[in-house]
Formats: sequence, structure tokens, C-alpha cells
Amino acid sequence: MKISLKASAIAVAVSFLAAGVANAQNVKVAFIEGMSGPFGGVGQNQLKHFQYAAERFSGKQANSGVTVEIVPMDSKGSPQEALALLKKATDEGIHFVTQGNGSNVAGVLIDAINKHNERNPGKEVVFLNYAAIDPDFTNSKCSPWHFRFDAGSDMKLEGLTNFMMDQKDIKNVYIIGQNYSHGQQVSKFTKEFLAKKRPDIKVVGDELHPMGQVKDFAPYIAKMQAANADAVVTGNWGSDLALLIRAANAAGFKGKFYTFYAGVIGTPTAIGAAGADRVEMVAYWHPNSAQSQFESIYTGFKAKFNEEFYTVAAVNAVRFLVASVEKAKSTDAAPVARAMAGMKMKGASGEDIEMRASDGALQQALYVVNWTKAGGPGVKFDAENTGYGFQTVRYLMPSQAARPTTCKMPKRI
Amino acid sequence: MSVLNGVSYGLLLFMLSAGLTLIFSMMGVLNFAHASFYMLGAYFAYQVSEWTNYWVAFVVAPILVAVMGGLFERYVLRKTHKSGHVAELLVTFGLSFVILELVQLIWGRSAVDYKVPAALDGSLFKLFNSSFPEYRAFMMLVAVGMLVSLFLMLKKTRIGLVIQAALTHPETTEALGHNVPRVFAMVFAGGCALAGLAGVIGGNAFITEPGMAQAVGAIIFVVVVVGGMGSLAGALIASVLIGLMQTFAVGLDWSFLGGLSALGIDVTPDTFGYPVWKLKLSQIGPILPYLLLVVMLVVRPKGIMGTRDD
Repeated sequence: MKISLKASAIAVAVSFLAAGVANAQNVKVAFIEGMSGPFGGVGQNQLKHFQYAAERFSGKQANSGVTVEIVPMDSKGSPQEALALLKKATDEGIHFVTQGNGSNVAGVLIDAINKHNERNPGKEVVFLNYAAIDPDFTNSKCSPWHFRFDAGSDMKLEGLTNFMMDQKDIKNVYIIGQNYSHGQQVSKFTKEFLAKKRPDIKVVGDELHPMGQVKDFAPYIAKMQAANADAVVTGNWGSDLALLIRAANAAGFKGKFYTFYAGVIGTPTAIGAAGADRVEMVAYWHPNSAQSQFESIYTGFKAKFNEEFYTVAAVNAVRFLVASVEKAKSTDAAPVARAMAGMKMKGASGEDIEMRASDGALQQALYVVNWTKAGGPGVKFDAENTGYGFQTVRYLMPSQAARPTTCKMPKRI
Repeated sequence: MSVLNGVSYGLLLFMLSAGLTLIFSMMGVLNFAHASFYMLGAYFAYQVSEWTNYWVAFVVAPILVAVMGGLFERYVLRKTHKSGHVAELLVTFGLSFVILELVQLIWGRSAVDYKVPAALDGSLFKLFNSSFPEYRAFMMLVAVGMLVSLFLMLKKTRIGLVIQAALTHPETTEALGHNVPRVFAMVFAGGCALAGLAGVIGGNAFITEPGMAQAVGAIIFVVVVVGGMGSLAGALIASVLIGLMQTFAVGLDWSFLGGLSALGIDVTPDTFGYPVWKLKLSQIGPILPYLLLVVMLVVRPKGIMGTRDD
């Protein structure tokens, strides 16, 4: 009797201990990104977003038993290096991978993860894509292991061209992009949507330039001026956008820029006062979005790193991951992926967001914003201490921003 | 307009490669850290212009870079000299990483807001409907000024004479009582100052960020190789050539596709090799210099004005 009592006490203690272990789960996320090279600055900055998101939205600060740990791995922006790092991550037993800068890299990661998961049942990997917005990833190339937290470039261009449609002064549009899948998709969808919405607008230029190679954009601007362009649509990011706008300012180019990434580190500085009311951006969030729930994240990030916070996708990736691990009560990839598909939450501005199960694309609100003098109504925060910031000129609810998908999603295991 | 854009970019490239080719012809050291000195020039100029103004930075930044270059030559490069060229190459290679990390530690990894001075921030004249920025004209002016003074110094002054003598006959020059190592240090510092000066005027014309050294690093080697190792005139020709080539390529929408259809051959997306045929010259513009490098090495390995026959 005495012995059995002792045994049951031990059993109870052990079960408590086990429960304790189950409650405190540590989830490692491999952050595979180019943190050196031409776009290294952007990668470094994104890493800070993820580390900050993990600190605020998992573990102790978030009152969660799930702690997300970010493992940075520098791919130098190269697909080959990224593949080698994916192998390293799986060898180390990491089940979650995130990447975003460059759809060219994301594409090979998706393929490699699909293959890996087929060959290694029970050791699957989930890809949390926070910025690679090639629409193919949620259409023809969709995968049950891929979740995208940014809005696809088709979604973004739908929003951007909706706004452009009403700008009666646009007559000649010039499209310029980096020569890889993303730039090509932007060009394709811009032409397609504009032809539908404003057939009177002429596309006077359709240019692709090598990614991260051009340091002097003056010749491109001269070409735009020669073509009488009054609007430029570009999917450029990082230094490719900063240098483009800087060259436009220097050459006195008067047209407007319709961009995706004017808020990315370094670019607001390059736009500066010369770009006031001439640069528009489509984004799923910005610091001056109305009743922004993430204002304290924005200010906290700026206080900590003295850099702008803009990648809400990093925060959403961490939030969805934590909630999915809690729901699945497991840190294995397959049950977490099942839990994440179709999961609903409140977004950064209080809107309802959903990780659509049919294609793995986060359904979220979109903003079209204008670069203008900060301090006035609707422009509380400036960007990179320039005195200028983003103001909402159009808001699309998640239902308005949604795009249909052609994805035939394979069955989730 | 394209000519002006091309020439101004080419002249900036020349300022960068002049120092490199000078150092190479003097000391036989291919300085891998040369572009890093360009970056340092831009960052120093940014910092100094934050404290004082642009014109102080314009003078002070190249001097600071020269001092650093001189110290590096005196205390590091000279010591590795006896271990041969590979060691020298490696030590400059290492230095480029050290400078990169230091810059990132001090100024951060993102771009800094190094502005064109207000006095030069305007358009000089308008051609068709694009305006030519004053600052580009200033860039050209500085580069040409530097070119002329460099030429005069090398050809007309005593220092230039000693430098040229030390270049070809170091032992004899030393025997004549000249301090050849000090001449080497001076040339190295001078070359670095030129790179620094290029950074001062290039940093705000383009962008001042830690990636800037890497961005120009490859292209200045192309300039030096195409121009002919160690030839200043060759470097000038090659720089302007590459500047013009890149600028004009952007303006031309030629492709094989257009050429073939002009010949009456119909090319559709189904034709074999379509992605190659539809490539426009403007798309491949930025890789043309590297193409030129390969062609040059095959056809005329010593470069346009090169004299080395080994």
C-alpha cells in the first residue's frame, strides 16, 4: 500500500512534468535570407523584424507556452546557397523555414521542400513565406507546405490599378522591373489589368533590368522622359528602387511612381522631400493605417533598433505559427500545417484575416498610400526621419483585395 | 543626353580605376580593397558633411582616406611584400572585409542619407524634356580636373619623374638616393585618395551603403583589365567606353527578334530558343562590360593601352 502510494505520487509528478514539457514548446524557425551582398541590408533588417516578432508574440511576453526561436542563415541571396542551408536546417531537425526576399529563391525552396517532405515522412518542413509574392506560388505551383503572409503581386496590382484607374491624369505608363519572376509578373499583370480598367492608357515602356547590378539609373530615366511617361509602375525593391527614384529626382522627372516597396529600409531616405506626392505604394499595412493595432510594435521596434518597422508579415508568420502549434499541440510540421490552413485571426488594423486553405495565401486588407509631408491628419509617423510619411489614399477590405485561385491543392497529410 | 550620362558615369569610373591602376603599375599589387576605400570616402564625406558642410568634406574625406591608405601600406602591406604577391593580394582582400564590417558597425547596414549639397542640387540645363543635373556636371568637372592634374604631376614635376623612375628601375632610383619605399607609400596613399574622392562625389550621386564597394569592385577591375594593366590613358578610354556602352545599351530596344523579323523570319513564342531571341539589348546592358572583359582577354590580353607582354 505504502509502495503503491509512493508509485502513484511519482506517476502524478511525472505526468505533471510531462504536461509542463508539453506546455513549454520551443519552435525553431530557420530564417534563410540574403544578409550580405547587394540586398544584405534588407535581409538584416528583416531578421530584426522576425526576432522582434518572436520576442513579442511568443513565449513569456505573449503569455504562450510556445517560444519561437529564429535561427538566422545567410543565403547571400543565392538560390544555391539557400538550398544548402535548407539541407542544413533539416539536418538540424528544424521543421519551419522562412524566406521572402526574392521569388527566385522562394521558388527553389518550395520545390525542394515538396521533394523533401515526400521522401521523409514524419520529418516534414513547412515554408512560411513572408515576402515572395510570385502569384504562381498560390496558383499553378501551390503546395500544402507553403503559406504566404504577404499579398501576391496579382492582389497588389489589382489594388494599385484600381487606384490608378481613377487618376485621370495618367496617360502614358512605363513599366520597369528587375529581370526575374517577380518583375516579369508585375509587368504581365499591370498590362492585363490596365487594358481592362483603363484601355485609353498607353504602355510606353516595358523594361527589365538585371537585379542588383544597375548603379546608375539615369539612362533609364532619360528613356522614360523621352517616352513622355507620366506614371511608372515598378516592383523594384531595396537599392534597385532607391537608386531608381533618386535618379528620377536628380533628372527632374515629373511622373508618379506606383510601387510595392517604397517603405523598405533605405528607400524612404532616397525618396525624400523631392518625391513628395509623387510616390505611391500598395501595401498590406503601413504605420499610419487607421486605428493601427500595431502602433506599439512600430514604436517599440524603432526605439530598439532605430529602424522602421514595416514587415507585418513577420509578425503574422510568428502569430500564426504560435497559434497553430497551440492548436495542434505538436511542433511537427504536418499537424501544424493542418492547423494553420484555414486559420482565422484579427489583423494589424483589426480586420479579419484568414490563411486560405485552398491556396495557402493570407487573405488580408490592402492599402494604397501616398508619400507626403508628415505631421498632418492621417500622417502621424514619418519614415526614416525624413519628415515625410505614408498616407492612406485607398483602403481595400480583405474581401475586396481577394483574388480567385486556380490552385488544385494536394491533400494535406 | 545619353552621351552626357555615359561620359559622367565613365569619368567617375575613371577616378576609381585611376588609383587602382596607378598602384598596380607602381607596386604590382592588385588592390582588392580599392573599392572599399571608395566606400570609406563616401562615408567619411557623409560624416564630415553632417558635422560641417559638404565643401569641408570634399577636402577632408579624401585626405582621411589617404592617411588610412598610407598607414596600411606602411604597417601592413610593406611587411607582407617580402612574402610575395599572393600574400599582398590576400591581405588587401582581407582588408576589404575588415573595412566592410567596420563600416557596418559604425554606420549600420542600411543606406545613410548623404545628400547632394543644396548649391548643386538643381538642373543645369534642359535638353528635350529631361534635365541634366548640376551635380553630374560637377562630377565631370572634378574628374577632368583630377585627370589633368594627375597627368601634369606625373609628366611635368620632379615627383612624377621619381615615381616613373621607381616604377621601372627601383634599384637604380634607390641608388640615386631616393627613398623608394616612401614613394610607394605615397603612391598607395595617393591612389586611395583618388578612390576616396570618387566616393565623396559618387556616394551622394548614387547611394552610400555597405554594398557600394562590392557594386563597383567588379567593374573597376574590368576597367583596369580592358584599359591595360597599369595604363592611365587606357583606364580613361576603358572607363568612358564602358560608361557610354552601358548608357547607350539601355536606350536601345534592339533584340534578335527585331532583327530576324526585319529579315522576314517569323519568330513566335513557340520558336526554339525564344527567351534568347526576345532579349533586348537594354536588358543585357549591365553585363556588357563583363562580356567586353572576356572578349578583350581573348583578343588582346594586354588591354587597349597595355604594355605588359607577359
